Amino acid sequence: MAEKVLVLLGTKKGAFIAESNAERRSWKLRGPFCETWPMNHVVADPATGTIWGAGGNEWFGPAVWKSTDLGETWTHSSEGLAYAEGEEPIKAVWSLAKGNGSLYAGVQPAGLFRSDDDGRSWSHVEGLQKHPSRPHWNPGGAGLILHSLVIDPADHDRIWIGISAAGVFYTGDGGKSWEPRNLGTRADFMPEGENYPEFGQCVHNLVMAPGMPNRLYQQNHCGMYRSDDGGKRWVSIEKGLPSTFGFPAAAHPRDPETLYLVPLNGDSAGRYVPDAKAAVWRTRSAGSEWQAMRNGLPQENAYIGVLRQAMATDRLDPAGVYFGTSSGALFASADEGESWIDVTQHLPSILSVETLVVDG
Amino acid sequence: MDNTPAPEARPGAVAAVVVRLPGVLVDLFPGAPRRVEVPAATVRDMVDQLDKSWPGMRDRICDSRPAIRKHINVFVEGERATLKTKLKPGVEVFVLTAISGG
Repeated sequence: MAEKVLVLLGTKKGAFIAESNAERRSWKLRGPFCETWPMNHVVADPATGTIWGAGGNEWFGPAVWKSTDLGETWTHSSEGLAYAEGEEPIKAVWSLAKGNGSLYAGVQPAGLFRSDDDGRSWSHVEGLQKHPSRPHWNPGGAGLILHSLVIDPADHDRIWIGISAAGVFYTGDGGKSWEPRNLGTRADFMPEGENYPEFGQCVHNLVMAPGMPNRLYQQNHCGMYRSDDGGKRWVSIEKGLPSTFGFPAAAHPRDPETLYLVPLNGDSAGRYVPDAKAAVWRTRSAGSEWQAMRNGLPQENAYIGVLRQAMATDRLDPAGVYFGTSSGALFASADEGESWIDVTQHLPSILSVETLVVDG
Repeated sequence: MDNTPAPEARPGAVAAVVVRLPGVLVDLFPGAPRRVEVPAATVRDMVDQLDKSWPGMRDRICDSRPAIRKHINVFVEGERATLKTKLKPGVEVFVLTAISGG
């Protein structure tokens, strides 16, 4: 049966869906959905096609939106998506991931919630808040947000999360107990001699290599890293890249050696692509060597940035790669990054990009 | 058409108030009207009643402190209200979205 590719976009003003066939050359855009709420992360369950959107509205607070008809109609809920009375209320939902029949949500201020009824109601995974480091977590530029959620597909009790700027934390027991996993990642913003703390690093994005649940890649505020032991120790993979700064990371759907990054020119240099020439950087060797993929991307006056959740791959072969810019453009590659087309140019600021492949 | 009996017709019953809701809020709850009458002695009661009719509406108006959300304004007789504000029978309560966003 013919396959349909959906690129799910969370933007500052609603969710959008770009749709194509398996060739991925011609795209149609639908939206805005979710009543134009800011949508930080829109994801789908490949098994059922259900789509969820993580949002937070300045007027109405946090909610998770849901569509069971590929975006045609939506409902929303925040039942149980709350800290205890008197605590700082949740401002927004930032990340979503499905695992072991549960849907997980990362929120701001940083915390983790779980839904066992597909997003209708939520319960707090309290173990993370009880970690002794919690009083010392400091917010990054976007606030104290839990933005990365990685679940081991082979053992759903194993979850890694990324919090800006508390770093990476890991649980092996489904969220009851947690430990920081930041060894080897720098915190350049700390005083000299204190640049490798146990926690407090500014992780920007965290992804798992396919088929290798102990291999994680991380784009950090201060460098790019790989871990081959579930985050116990990280090694730098910056050599060969044009900067140490960027936001998103995207793993290949099948090859654990392949990773995509979008290095930006630096945290205090405008946070554009270097020299205003857009490139996705690809490694085929787990970070040993890098190649700039520019064919079809703007190479002049491209003062663009790409945010932490705004790049993804699809599961087709060859894999599609997609990224959205903070200035509202969506670019797509149907050949693993070799060549690119611009899908659309004038969306609201794109906060997240994910994919869903369904039978057409 | 409002079928709520007049307060004096129900001894001991809480009197109804008139709630005006913003369009951007009712859009989130299919079927919810812009004007609704609910029995309520305080703003908190009023929000509880709205939530009974449209589950989830409380979370859109109030945060978990609990308090009226920062960018939502509830006005009663020209004054900005809190959840504790008492409501006179028949009073009109305006729920408004504040200026926000970019």
